[in-house]
Amino acid sequence: MKLLYFAWMRQRIGTSAEDIARPDGVDTVGDLVDWLVARDEGYAKAFEKREVIRAAVNQEYVRFDHPVNDNDEVAFFPPVTGG
Amino acid sequence: MIRVQEEDFDVGAEIAALTGGDRSIGAVATFVGLVREMAPVEGETRAIESMTLEHYPGMTEKKLAEIEDEANRRWPLAASLIIHRYGTLSPGERIVFVACASAHRHAAFEACQFLMDWLKTEAPFWKLEATDTGGAWVDARESDDHAVARWTDKPDAAE
Repeated sequence: MKLLYFAWMRQRIGTSAEDIARPDGVDTVGDLVDWLVARDEGYAKAFEKREVIRAAVNQEYVRFDHPVNDNDEVAFFPPVTGG
Repeated sequence: MIRVQEEDFDVGAEIAALTGGDRSIGAVATFVGLVREMAPVEGETRAIESMTLEHYPGMTEKKLAEIEDEANRRWPLAASLIIHRYGTLSPGERIVFVACASAHRHAAFEACQFLMDWLKTEAPFWKLEATDTGGAWVDARESDDHAVARWTDKPDAAE
């Protein structure tokens, strides 16, 4: 799966994109967040305020209970501030 | 029509192109968003040296097109346009342009406001403001959530 990070999440994690094989037991966006947070401090810091983070699967906003599949594009980002 | 671009735009030329030839149009409402020279950064008002807009290529275009479709479903628009810039901009520069053309003014005004309110909370853009003390990401404003809540029946049920 392809993971994308934007704005201060990108800075805290230290990369804007990465490809990973879907880990065992990761079936939802929330599972994926748990798995990422356990990886290292950058991810833990990026997901610190989990309730404000927005997630998109294949470019559609989703909740954290949304399922994830092997070929999904999953993006995490802070609340948007365009306009 | 939607455009996501780094370069500036010419408001007059855009309006002329949008309405050109369609004599059923009696009203065009437009909004232009500009980079302010002063902004609150971590509780203090500071001078902004530049603003950098980051976005999610692909999803940005998709969300803007959805928002525009929704405006066209709700109001009888003859034409509509959203332009949103990305990259590094200086104070005074244009960031965003929304134009709605209709036979009468109410639809044009309302659709224009609707598009801006929706864009603020749904389009995946993020602003980084540079001041003499460094860079700070702009926080989402609660007032923007209130503004969009006026337009019930959000098309994006996931939120």
